[in-house]
Amino acid sequence: MSVSLEPTKEQIKEQKLYASMGMSDEEFAMVEGILGRLPNWTETGLFSVMWSEHCSYKNSKPVLRKFPTKGPQVLQGPGEGAGIVDIGDEQAVVFKMESHNHPSAIEPYQGAATGVGGIIRDVFSMGARPIAMLNSLRFGELQTKRGKYLFEEVVAGIAGYGNCIGIPTVGGEIQFDPCYEGNPLVNAMCVGLIDHKDIQRGIAAGVGNTVMYVGAKTGRDGIHGATFASEELSEASEEKRPAVQVGDPFMEKLLLEACLEVVKSDALVGIQDMGAAGLTSSSAEMASKAGSGVEMNLNLVPQRETGMTAYEMMLSESQERMLLVVKKGREDEIKVIFEKYGLDAVAIGRVTDDKMLRLLHKGEVVAEVPADALAEDAPVYNKPSQEPAYFAEFQAIENSEPEVVNYKDTLLGLLQAPTIASKEWVYDQYDYQVRTNTIVAPGSDAAVLRVRGTNKGLAMTTDCNSRYIFLDPEMGGKIAVAEAARNIVASGGRPLAITDCLNFGNPEKPEIFWQIEKSADGISAACTALNAPVIGGNVSLYNERSGEAVYPTPTIGMVGLVEDLAHVTTQQVKAAGDVVYLVGETATEFGGSELQKLVYGKIFGKAPYIDLEVEASRQESILTAIREGLLQSAHDVSEGGVAVALAEKAFGAAGLGIDVTLEGSAVTALFSETQSRFVVTVKEENAAAFEKVIPDAKKIGIVTADANITINGDTGVLLEGTVEEFRSAWKGAIPCLVKSEA
Amino acid sequence: MKFAVLVFPGSNCDVDMYHAIKDELGEEVEYVWHDATDLSEFDGVLVPGGFSYGDYLRCGAMANQSNVMAEVKKFAEAGKPVLGVCNGFQILTEAGLLPGALLRNKNLKFMCRTVELKVENNDTLFTHQYEAGQIINVPIAHGEGNYFCDDQTLAELKANNQIVFTYSGENPNGSLEDIAGIINERGNVLGMMPHPERAVDTLLGSDDGLKVFKSIVKMWRESHVS
Repeated sequence: MSVSLEPTKEQIKEQKLYASMGMSDEEFAMVEGILGRLPNWTETGLFSVMWSEHCSYKNSKPVLRKFPTKGPQVLQGPGEGAGIVDIGDEQAVVFKMESHNHPSAIEPYQGAATGVGGIIRDVFSMGARPIAMLNSLRFGELQTKRGKYLFEEVVAGIAGYGNCIGIPTVGGEIQFDPCYEGNPLVNAMCVGLIDHKDIQRGIAAGVGNTVMYVGAKTGRDGIHGATFASEELSEASEEKRPAVQVGDPFMEKLLLEACLEVVKSDALVGIQDMGAAGLTSSSAEMASKAGSGVEMNLNLVPQRETGMTAYEMMLSESQERMLLVVKKGREDEIKVIFEKYGLDAVAIGRVTDDKMLRLLHKGEVVAEVPADALAEDAPVYNKPSQEPAYFAEFQAIENSEPEVVNYKDTLLGLLQAPTIASKEWVYDQYDYQVRTNTIVAPGSDAAVLRVRGTNKGLAMTTDCNSRYIFLDPEMGGKIAVAEAARNIVASGGRPLAITDCLNFGNPEKPEIFWQIEKSADGISAACTALNAPVIGGNVSLYNERSGEAVYPTPTIGMVGLVEDLAHVTTQQVKAAGDVVYLVGETATEFGGSELQKLVYGKIFGKAPYIDLEVEASRQESILTAIREGLLQSAHDVSEGGVAVALAEKAFGAAGLGIDVTLEGSAVTALFSETQSRFVVTVKEENAAAFEKVIPDAKKIGIVTADANITINGDTGVLLEGTVEEFRSAWKGAIPCLVKSEA
Repeated sequence: MKFAVLVFPGSNCDVDMYHAIKDELGEEVEYVWHDATDLSEFDGVLVPGGFSYGDYLRCGAMANQSNVMAEVKKFAEAGKPVLGVCNGFQILTEAGLLPGALLRNKNLKFMCRTVELKVENNDTLFTHQYEAGQIINVPIAHGEGNYFCDDQTLAELKANNQIVFTYSGENPNGSLEDIAGIINERGNVLGMMPHPERAVDTLLGSDDGLKVFKSIVKMWRESHVS
């Protein structure tokens, strides 16, 4: 649309044209009040995108305030590109997770790829070198052509971007459930490393300083992407395909290297990614955070299409761009660095003292609005919340065991369930080794990377069992954090902090808002109990397709510190003769379990119970055992229960098997998903020392040299088979589902 | 011995190559940007993996047009050692320093895994520290590692013992005759898809790649006895 065709101020108001940008009547009236006049088309665009849920968190702010965000280790909490946590030796770890769900539902390859690109920029905009990527994905059960297409293309998009830019994709998790069929979830997490002295912030400080645009040129792609992310998906969403950006990982690699050179220069004052809402959010937020204003001449913005209007430039979400504020007079020092990489670095404006975001185009002022109004003054809604009817019904159902006819067939069935099955088909496509720091690659509880030049490591994981959270959001929220921490601890690390990606349905539905509130309560409680504050994250609401919401899925990304690389522990058994222990009691808990889904084809009842005090002290004792060098392997018990955990321990250890005896009711002993449990192996000579550290650990058997899995019960053998037959079922399930005809 | 690690826009295994030389071998090493026009101070050139120029147009095609590649050709003509790994191998075939080409993997997907390689020729300056026929574990990470050449070239490769590494287990990418790495006829330019620089420390799973670099250094030392 050329400028002459843009609606007039009066048309915008009278014909309610703002509504098509996702703005309500009340919000439009607020804008009119703030400006003391009617906004023009460009200004309406600025407000609509900055006041979208995606940028302003207007619906989720009251919930986000509940999260514990402080701790002695936290150097930067929520509010900047990414959070920062101290790891000692004047170094820090920087990380954040973000969603790219809606774009991926429409255009899965580019949606996933640009999700990866965006979160990487958030991390290097802090001055950090990105060292690892993780992800958390949700799809339907791979039964339809569309479902398989989404799965294959999302994985390809993550691989395409991450491999090319040269940041290893070291871990993640994928779960499959029919609720994600029409609205997959694609959450990407980036972890970076930084020296304290290099930490940057996104501020436009120092009146008269220069605002510079660096990186790729601006096109018409991704216009209103943030607005699109803030509404439900429907058949009509296909029309929003142009709101999906296109990624260029090569460009981002150049931008990354150039920016990491620039952050070493004291000519740099502030730096921020042009992510959601592009030039608008970066300029308004940098001004607002510094208490200053910004004036930009849009004629100077590097453009790759002709005839772009101010509206289009400000709302474009073209990728691989950054906004810098540079000390006046030192622009050339910055330009030289970007020229080396063949990138644009153009002075497009300056910092002012009037707190306004002022835009000039073709010699005219085309927008003039208070920066704070865009960045800070979005309305905050306290949405009504109501407990859904299903919750009371589920709570009233007594725990009971699903009926199992044949234990071995059941274990094989669970190992083939896509959520449990090997994800090798996926991570084989990710370069998880580049930069040569990956000590524990995908396939164990958490990934572990060394911190080069030290004897320390970083353990990292993503987690969220959304079935538990659907059944009981508060309990499930606690479990999501606790399980992430269990993965870190089992790998030899101590949890440092979390980032979260809150994926929910439409918050305007009181039952959905209740899910958001309750799961946030659970997450907060667990973060406090496990000393892992929230240092950042993102909210993705409106994850619905044709009115059906996904399960509440607040994904947790956690990073932990391995203080000595000698502590690095993996889940696989190591040597014949080692003693196998089960740590933690087992109850009959099948609500939301894989066995329940396998037997009944649906989930119901109570989520497993978790006592956070028990969880914290058990994690502490596992960590103590690891630090004393007593554990050969450690694995948390999660989906599919002890039987699946034991099988996973045997996979990947050539020639070894497991022979154990479990007490109590067989179905519960094998498959219950009771929380706060670990299966560990210990050298026989260390057994006594281990039992001193964890006196209530139960010795259940030994690691054998016969490559069989044998599980006995009170009355004899429950199941037995070769490791190979279980492994081939587990390993072959996903390739088989992908290849099969829908 | 002093190594150059070439860096093209989009190279991303340059850091791995650099640290393999510096930390594990303790030899001198420097990054050399793609527009360099002089390699005279170096004794060996390492062309690292990654996605030079985004793999746009064709893997390695644009990197071959850079200033430094003209120098690499002179360097190779002088008989000095040049090792290209992954994208580096692709660049060396584009440069005509090695015959053949790398096609997309037969399953059309990127793959990252540790594979078994067989040392087919241990009589080269890159492999003399290995036993003949030795099986080693080295990671691969590529989307276009499917080696191909015409029949005549293949016959020559065989006749001259230019096939240095083959995949000994399953052929992961569909390469001709399981070829994983080849050397030029003169014996001073090696290209391979697997990453020996990722296999230099047992902490990360394997140090089976270390002998590639040790071979180069040992040969250089012996030929530079004062």
